[in-house]
Order: sequence, then C-alpha cells, then structure tokens
Amino acid sequence: MDLVETDDVSRHFGRRRALARVSLGFRAGEVTALVGPNGAGKSTLLAVLSTLLRPSSGQVRYDGRAAVAWGDDLRRHIGLLGHDLFLYADLTARENLEFFGRLYGLGGDGRLRDRVARALAEARLEDRADDRAGEFSRGLRQRLALERALLHEPRLVLLDEPFTGLDDDSVGLLAARLDGLRRSGSIVVMATHDFESADGLVDRVVAVRNGRTRELPPGAGSLRVRYQAVLREAWA
Amino acid sequence: MNALVSVLLGIAAVMFAGAPFLIDAAPQESTMGLVQKIFYFHVPAAMVTFAGAFVCGVASAVFLWRRRVTADHVALAGAELAVLFGAIVLVTGPLWARKAWGVWWQWDARLTITLVMWMVFVAYLILRRFGGPGSEVLAAAVGVFGMVLVPFVYLSVELWRTVHPTTNVIRSLPPEMAWPFRWCVIAFVVLFGALLLARTRLESLRAALDRAYLAEED
Amino acid sequence: MMAVLRAAWLVAQKDLVVESRSRELAYTTVFLAVACVLVFAFALVREGRAPDDAPAGILWVAVAFSGTLALGRAFERERQAETLRALLLAPVERSAVYLGKLLALLVLMAGVEAILVPVVGLLFGAPVSRAPVLLLALLASGTVGFAAVGTLFAAMLVRARSRDVLLPVVLYPVAVPVIIAGVRGTAAIFAAEPDVAGAATWLALLILFDAVFVTLALWTFAPVMSE
Repeated sequence: MDLVETDDVSRHFGRRRALARVSLGFRAGEVTALVGPNGAGKSTLLAVLSTLLRPSSGQVRYDGRAAVAWGDDLRRHIGLLGHDLFLYADLTARENLEFFGRLYGLGGDGRLRDRVARALAEARLEDRADDRAGEFSRGLRQRLALERALLHEPRLVLLDEPFTGLDDDSVGLLAARLDGLRRSGSIVVMATHDFESADGLVDRVVAVRNGRTRELPPGAGSLRVRYQAVLREAWA
Repeated sequence: MNALVSVLLGIAAVMFAGAPFLIDAAPQESTMGLVQKIFYFHVPAAMVTFAGAFVCGVASAVFLWRRRVTADHVALAGAELAVLFGAIVLVTGPLWARKAWGVWWQWDARLTITLVMWMVFVAYLILRRFGGPGSEVLAAAVGVFGMVLVPFVYLSVELWRTVHPTTNVIRSLPPEMAWPFRWCVIAFVVLFGALLLARTRLESLRAALDRAYLAEED
Repeated sequence: MMAVLRAAWLVAQKDLVVESRSRELAYTTVFLAVACVLVFAFALVREGRAPDDAPAGILWVAVAFSGTLALGRAFERERQAETLRALLLAPVERSAVYLGKLLALLVLMAGVEAILVPVVGLLFGAPVSRAPVLLLALLASGTVGFAAVGTLFAAMLVRARSRDVLLPVVLYPVAVPVIIAGVRGTAAIFAAEPDVAGAATWLALLILFDAVFVTLALWTFAPVMSE
C-alpha cells in the first residue's frame, strides 16, 4: 500500500460533528503528525482510517480502492495503537503478543515465537515477558501496545497518543522505531498533543481543530510555535 | 405526501365514524352476547400490530445491510405503531376476557403472543431512546430479530397452551358479521398506513433538522 | 470457512485462559445461579414442597439470569482497554469474533449448569437423573439459543449507553420461546408421569430456534458491529 486518501470525509455522532470534510493524503515512507487539542477529532480520524469507523459522508481510499472493495484482508495491512492500548490485562506480555500474532495469521509456532521475541526485545520487555500486562506501569504497557500494533508489520501504521506515559529513554526508542518504519516505506499517521516529543520526528504536520484540518506549512521554529501561528491565522 | 396522508386520514375517519353503526347492526354472538363485539376492534388492531412489526423488521433489515436512512425512519415508525396498536389489543383483550370469562388474563395463546411481540418492540424503542448515538443500528438488529421471532413465539405459545385448552375466539364468521369485520379491518389498515406515512415523514424531518444543525457548524 | 473457525477457536481459547486465571465469571455466575434458586425456593415453597412444575421453571430462570450476568461481564472485560475493537481489527471475518465469544460463554454456562442441575435436584427432589440424555440435550440447545442471541446483543451494546440494563431489556423478550420450550420440556421430564414424547417435541423446537438464530446472528454481527 502506497497511498491512503480521505476524500471529503465527515463523521458525526448524533448532533456532534467530529470530523468536517477532511481531505488528506498519506504517502508511503512519510510520518505525519496530527496535532491539536483534546476533542479535536484526531482519534476519530485515526479510527476512520483504520476502518473501525465508517465516515458519515465521503470516502477513504487505500491505493485508490475503498475499504469494501478490499474486504476483510485490508485489515492485515493496518496497525492501530489505540488510546486505550488494546491489551488483555490478565494475559502476560508474551501471551498478548502471541494471541494477536496468531489472530493475524503470523505463521506456525516457530516463526511466531521469533517475532514475539523480537518484539519483546524492541520494547525492552524481555525480563517482564511473563508478567501480566495488567501489572505494568502505563509506560511499559504503552511500549507493549506499540509492539502489538506493529507485530504483523502493517503498511499503514496509526498511532493514537503514542507518547503517553513514556519516559525519555522510551521516547528515544519510539523515535528509532518511527525512523525504521519510515525507511521501510510504511505510512505512519500519529495523533498527539505532545508537541515537544513529536518535534523533529515527523515529516509532515496537520493541525486538527473542531473536526477540521489544516496542513502546517514547512518552516523553521518549534512545532508548537508553528502550530500557534496556523491557529492564529486560519482559525482566529 | 401530505395530501396522501390527509386523504387516508379522511377515509379512516369516515370509516371509524361509521363503524359503530355497522357493529351495532351486526347480530350478537350466541354465547358471549354484546361483549363479543369488542372483537371488531380487537382483532383488526392485532392484525395491524403484526403489520407494524413486519414493517419494522423488513425496514430494519434494509437499514442494517444497506444503511438506507429512509429505511431507519420507516422502521421506527413501524415499531411505534406496533407498540401503539399492540397496546390497544392488550387493553381490549383483557376487557373482553373479564366480561366473557371472568378473569382479566388467561394466557390465551394469541394474546400472549401479542404481549411478547409488544415487549420486543417496546425494547426496540427503549434501546433507541436510551442507547445513545449509534443506537439506530443496534435497534435495527432487535427489529430484525423481533420479526424472525414471530413464528417461534407463535409455535411455542400455541404448543404451551394446547396442554391447557381454553375457550378460543370463534374463527368462522357468518356473513352478517363478516361485513362489519372487514369494514373495521380496512379502517384500521387505512389508519395504519396514514400513521406510518406521517410518522416516517416526521422522522425524516427530524433527521433533516439534525443535518441542518451539523451543516450550520460548517 | 476454516479461517473463521480457526479465529473463533483462538478467541474462545483466549477467553477461557483469561477466565481460568481470575475465575471471576465462574464463581460469580455460579453463585448468582444458586442464589436465584434459593430466592425462588423461598418464594414458591410451601409446607416443604414446591408446586409441581416449579423446579423446571426455577432451573431455567436461574440459567437465564446467570447467563445474562455472564454475558454482561464477559463483554465488559472487552471494554477495558477496548480489546473488542482490536478483535474487530483482525483480518478475519468479524463473525469469527462472535463465534469465539459464543463458544467461550457456552463452556462457562455448561460448567454453571453442571452445578445447578444437581442443586435443583437436591433441593426440590426433582428427578434429574431420570432421562439424562434428553435433559442434557434440552439444556444444551436451550443454552445455545439463549447465548446465541445474548452474545450478539451484548456485543452490540458494548458501545451503547445504559448497556447494563439494556441487555436484559432486549434479550428477555427475544428469549421467550427458549424459556417456554426449556421449561416445558424439562417439566415434561420431571413430571410424575414423564412425557418423553412431549419433551422431544420441545427439544425439536429448541434445535430449530438454535439453527435459525445462530445463522441470523452470524449474518447480523458484522453489519451491527460496524460503526
């Protein structure tokens, strides 16, 4: 998959509009940040891109085809790190990864075990692999959740607030991960309100506010400053 | 659309105005006497209740699989009418039973079936009202299940009641009773049609209002 | 087809592993079922005896109430950390998720009923061992019918408001034929003069219900879960 486009996508919940006529394109090898305050519509946009939510109007196209044309198989290429992490608290880190690995059809035991081991290593969780995920701190769960989302090497990587709860070391790990994804040609879309952590990690920034989006023009200055500038000029 | 509804309501009004005279003129049934005449309203109301359930079920299926918004409006209207006319059946039934057989409720097969189906569609309405945004789709599933449920409720209640037989409604009608009966059936069906159209339209307008709210924000 | 069954089995297995760790559902469901039996016993027993068909009725009411609790809790678990969404994201037909949850629930209810039936037999002197295969078939098919509809409704209500009270509200009316058939069939077995043919008729109705409603639920799951 090389291109994901949203074409005039809107989404409302009853009378509340969460996304308003969003038209964006996301390309392979590109890391895009969606920045904006809480309730802006970032999570909704990610959910729509992941096929979990249908747009109320408009269409999402993956390499030119709509989700229905792809069928269930489309989801093989999509990885979502949700705001709520998608981890089973009563299963160990290893078991969580193995369960989702099997569900995604990641081969017989040998191959799966290798992948899981690699994922645990990437998340620096080897020594906690057999502890229940429910016992982990938020930061550890965040690292595990990221690996769970990436286990099947999806082409479209959607991350919702990936910096939550991460210490500096972990942010560094995440940065390295993002770089690796970019180099392998994945499409990465990341929603965050943590300007400082995202600064310098991303190729492209889209500001989201009240369901509307606006691309930040490339420029000097910190992410926060550039964002404030767009806020003032476009949505004053 | 409005014109059609008005015409149908007019016809229904005329028919209901005339109904009492026809019912009065009809002969009294031998065993139950005057009380039996409630059946001229009770039975057509029951027929229309199940028509409402069927409409809701089919429209729910269309909405669930095709997401045609109009189907959702029709489904809601159908469910409300099933509940409304079902209430009429469930009130006239016991009134009749009390006078005819001395008890308010006798677990008569047909009345019980109506009660169960009524509850399914009340549940449909409760779900729509209290389930929050997106509950239209959930209710549609209930509507579809409700419609498919009808034969099963019928079978299970009929089987259940045959073990303890009880006086049943006279099914074969002599012509002097058949004509007023048909008159009432048509009156109810016309009323049902009018209300269905009107309620569907009302719901479409409400949805249009929501869309206007959303558009206004843009 | 195979992929669906495989995925369903994975989901069911995961549920059973999670359950075996905490046993929360097992203990609470069994306890509620037995508590139910007690409440009804106190309501109905007079001079040391329950009315004739009461044991059958009590058994099925306990199954329905405890089943509803188990359904609600099983899906409440998937709401934490939104794991249900993760399941829906998997590249398999979504009905596999339904099937997996249904299987896990059936295993749980089988365990509950294995305790419930002897308890009812003990407390009311009901002849539970009179026609074991028929009784087992009735319980199995009735539980499948109840769970088939219940699993769909519980899953779809996960994202609804007031979901705790809405589950019984929508489930019980639709489950009426299952309750009637289950109770009448069981009562036919427990009766002073057992009516095996009658019980078999009720069993046939339950099996028909199961076939129709499991199929309907499989069809409906993906569209209703798609937001």
